Amino acid sequence: MTEMATATATQPKALHRASAWLHRRPKLRLGMLLGPPMAWMLVVYLGALTLLFLTGFWSQNVLTAEVQRTWGLENYQEILSSAAYRTIALRTLGIAFAVMTTDIILALPVAYFAARVARPTTRVLLLLSITLPLWSSYLVRVYAWRVILSGTGLLNWTLGKLQLGALDIEYSNWSVWIVFSYLWLPFVALPIYTALERVPTSYIEASADLGAKWWLTFRRVVLPIAFPGIVAGAMFAFALTLGDYIVPILAGNTLFIGNVIYQSVGVANNVPFAAAYAVVPAVIMGVYLIGARKLGAFEAL
Amino acid sequence: MKTGARVSGVGAARDDSETRPTVTVADVGLESVRKNFGDFTAVDGVDLEVGKGEFFSLLGPSGSGKTTCLRMIAGFEEPTSGRILLQGRDVSKLAPYDRDVNTVFQDYALFPHMTVRKNVEYGLKVKRVPADDRTGRATEALRMVRLTDFDDRRPAELSGGQRQRVALARALVNEPRVLLLDEPLGALDLKLREEMQIELKQIQQRVGLTFIYVTHDQEEALTMSDRLAVMNKGKIEQVGTPADVYERPTSSFVAGFVGVSNVLSAGVAQRIAGEGRSFTVRPEKIRLAASDEHPQPEECSAQGHVQEVIYVGAHTRYVVELEGGGSLVVLRQNLSSSSMEALKVKGKQVQLIWNRKHNTFVDDATLDFDQTDGSGKEKR
Repeated sequence: MTEMATATATQPKALHRASAWLHRRPKLRLGMLLGPPMAWMLVVYLGALTLLFLTGFWSQNVLTAEVQRTWGLENYQEILSSAAYRTIALRTLGIAFAVMTTDIILALPVAYFAARVARPTTRVLLLLSITLPLWSSYLVRVYAWRVILSGTGLLNWTLGKLQLGALDIEYSNWSVWIVFSYLWLPFVALPIYTALERVPTSYIEASADLGAKWWLTFRRVVLPIAFPGIVAGAMFAFALTLGDYIVPILAGNTLFIGNVIYQSVGVANNVPFAAAYAVVPAVIMGVYLIGARKLGAFEAL
Repeated sequence: MKTGARVSGVGAARDDSETRPTVTVADVGLESVRKNFGDFTAVDGVDLEVGKGEFFSLLGPSGSGKTTCLRMIAGFEEPTSGRILLQGRDVSKLAPYDRDVNTVFQDYALFPHMTVRKNVEYGLKVKRVPADDRTGRATEALRMVRLTDFDDRRPAELSGGQRQRVALARALVNEPRVLLLDEPLGALDLKLREEMQIELKQIQQRVGLTFIYVTHDQEEALTMSDRLAVMNKGKIEQVGTPADVYERPTSSFVAGFVGVSNVLSAGVAQRIAGEGRSFTVRPEKIRLAASDEHPQPEECSAQGHVQEVIYVGAHTRYVVELEGGGSLVVLRQNLSSSSMEALKVKGKQVQLIWNRKHNTFVDDATLDFDQTDGSGKEKR
């Protein structure tokens, strides 16, 4: 009691009164705490998204290549009617799904081993080796894969040594798929590791106690409980693939959504069309997020 | 009631031996089992035999190795050395799913993504029991634990006591030979715990299963068990019926852990009982008398003054500091005395008198056992 009195005496009176006043108003305190970051999010994220959407209704002067601020649906019409743009969108979507699935398949066993089987030292080494690639440059890693996958690269050299012929996947969607899968693996593996680690050991023991062998326990107990975390992890691979344009340039020979936007802005200076086409991945992502929410992915965050 | 339960346990074992004229095989056996975790020895050479249909408790403070013993019987841990036998068969190396035992976990370990019914049916489903048979058995198990209208609830929507019942039903539905219970009532409040103690005991007697029950609560172990083993530092201190363990503790640790310690050292014993071995006497056997009363020849007596009076409702506990050294706890029923009267005795000079036959001699080795721990357990 006396301790408190001396503590408050040393504090300026006005400050003390203010903090007491605030103490009685929890909502105001919450507002002050969350206000600035929320405003930031609102302006930068939602504001930018809205502007993007609106810019899509403008057009480009064919002769001067200047942006004309007149409203029209031409850009969106072109995107919907043109087979080429549809193909690019579907290609991106398909690769995004392929990469996501590949990463889940690759990450699950590693994450399970790290979370549930490995001893602490092995676990640290494993997690380190998963995250280590993130410490080197993105470009370096993409170029490294180009070397591996090139006609005379490590892949074909190995296949040749094993007398398995050669693969011609340099600059193809195959190589885009492989490089993407490699790049995003850490982002998928870590959330899955966390999800698997959070499954209480007693659930697994209870399942074994009730007669279930390892695989059955994994399928019926571990996987359902870790599922939201797996979906959350998979989201990274999906979203990052959807937005990337460098890997298709460096490792592929086809256009992806990102490339179309990049070329529209950087080459053709057609910002309105780029904006309109950028709405496509935004819509895909929205649909994906709704689906993920239905699967309970956000309860795991 | 305790003896009645004991008799029924033995009876069940006898029935079994009649059908099989060979030597009766213990339902669960531990043969010089050791378990090390790194440098730490959790279980240090335990030998144990539990008969069929017996309610057997492993009692001990935390870290005494009782849960590790249970986990080795269940198959979650492999013994470092020694053998685990189920119905005479060595199962030491078998996985949990290959053993005919089921466990009720301390935290219940109910699957959160399944309904109550799905949880209970899990074991049957895993063993590919046909659907209609499964439904019938699950319904029966849920009825047995008195949870009939909760089929579609999730574990998160149940109270602690209800979860406990689901965990029990989930284990019982598999009709195992042995049911292992790891402090199953630990998370429940006192009232519910007492209800569940009775209910568990009834269920055990009805289904005739062997129960191995781990607890640190001596009262729980005494009221429910046919036999119990008191464990300390990875070793078994004493095995016996509740009456054996309570009235004839073989070590001062057992005397202290099961009930209030009341152990007098050899020196004090020499002065009071005329025999130079340390002994223990149960607090309810001692009576408070006036300091000038003459004890009978068969009685022991000691002068002292009342240091502490603890009023516990039905009875009062007196801590008496003896003149010859040491102290004894005395328990007195509040037959007519009110709390006021009981508390007035504090600080007064008294004489303690008890019948010599209640002296139980114990080894001196673990006299350093913390008395307050023992009495703290009793208060629960």
